[in-house]
Amino acid sequence: MLVRMIFILLVLYCTACATLNPPLYLEFGGKERIAKVSEYFIDEVSFDADIYPYFKDSGIERFKEMFTAHLCQQLEGPCKYTGDTMVDVHRGMNINEADFNRVVELLMNAMDRANVPVTAQNRLLNKLAPMRAEIMLTKH
Amino acid sequence: MVFRGRVRHLLQGSTILLASMLANAGDGKLLGTAGLSQLEGSGGGGLVPWATLSGYDSGDEVSGAIFSTNVNVQDYHLQVWGANVGLYDRLELSYARQTFDLSTLGLQIRQSVVGAKVRLYGDVVYSDWPQVSVGWQRKTLVDDTVALGVGAKEANHGDDVYLATTKLHLGLAAGYNVIWNLALRGTKANQLGLLGFGGEKSTSRNYVLEGSLGVLLNQHWAVGAEYRQKPDNLGLKEDDWKDIFVSYFPNKHLNLTLAYASLGEIANAGKQEGLYLSLTGYLW
Repeated sequence: MLVRMIFILLVLYCTACATLNPPLYLEFGGKERIAKVSEYFIDEVSFDADIYPYFKDSGIERFKEMFTAHLCQQLEGPCKYTGDTMVDVHRGMNINEADFNRVVELLMNAMDRANVPVTAQNRLLNKLAPMRAEIMLTKH
Repeated sequence: MVFRGRVRHLLQGSTILLASMLANAGDGKLLGTAGLSQLEGSGGGGLVPWATLSGYDSGDEVSGAIFSTNVNVQDYHLQVWGANVGLYDRLELSYARQTFDLSTLGLQIRQSVVGAKVRLYGDVVYSDWPQVSVGWQRKTLVDDTVALGVGAKEANHGDDVYLATTKLHLGLAAGYNVIWNLALRGTKANQLGLLGFGGEKSTSRNYVLEGSLGVLLNQHWAVGAEYRQKPDNLGLKEDDWKDIFVSYFPNKHLNLTLAYASLGEIANAGKQEGLYLSLTGYLW
């Protein structure tokens, strides 16, 4: 009896917590929304005179595929990022603070355009934030 | 002709200066992270100085901003305007001119505040520990009659020093970003210095705590509250100050902040509460 009650309570609790706190991947909007964000992000970058030079040598299709997989993995979605490490990707770019923040803003613009909820945007940024050191300090 | 030549030189000179300033104009911080300008001109919240510097300058940029703040409470009206300059997200220099109207007495108290703040450590968003800055505010009282009348020990000028720590936590409150600030101030000022410095009860420097807590609803809107502890040197039961605020950042050129401020008793006039409105324009 007690075991059954605990079981029921546990099921109820987990339903409640799943509703209140859905997995980040779902809150963000899943696979389709991630694809949209990648598309808009590339668009934002292409029209930014300061940032575009950093990206001009990347193949768009490959970048899009890798960026999408990276976002998806960070959002704890069912994907595996197989590209280079953040240190290797940004090696020799000497990215300064202003350009780093500008890219963050372009990503936020892309997420806004794709209607990603603000809360999911913040949670993603919180996961990406620790990578700043690896992205900026690459003066090898 | 000579005059015209000089004017042209001057124009050329200032154009070059302006162009070089605009070339590394401060827009390298994330929207909203420059905060606003507090009552004494330092970058901060409304009442409290923060560890963040007042402009949008990042590590290799400079910035400049002007602001105007009005506080309207039952018996008084405080008008502040000022300017601040940010250098390489390291140093902030500020100036504020305060005019305090005692409408009931038909009197006016004017004070100017010159400030400097140095960022010692961190980045409000990205560093593991909070951003830490140390600052100084030199307050010079223009009208000393009221200060002397209420028994201030010193009615000429006074220096405040503060240590501020500020941190933004991404997605902390149900996915919303949270920003907090805690400052420790050493001061002798009575009511910001408008009623002079020190008094019958205390002539030495007091250490007071000032805090702010805010939630960012999105990139453009923030709501929150502030608390500023005050010393009571004059024995006039100087109350702590507090406010709740809503702040709007449409872009990196403008901030508009509306608050409801509760300033307690001021110079024996009962509970003073009212609206606080502040506008900051980021020029470069």
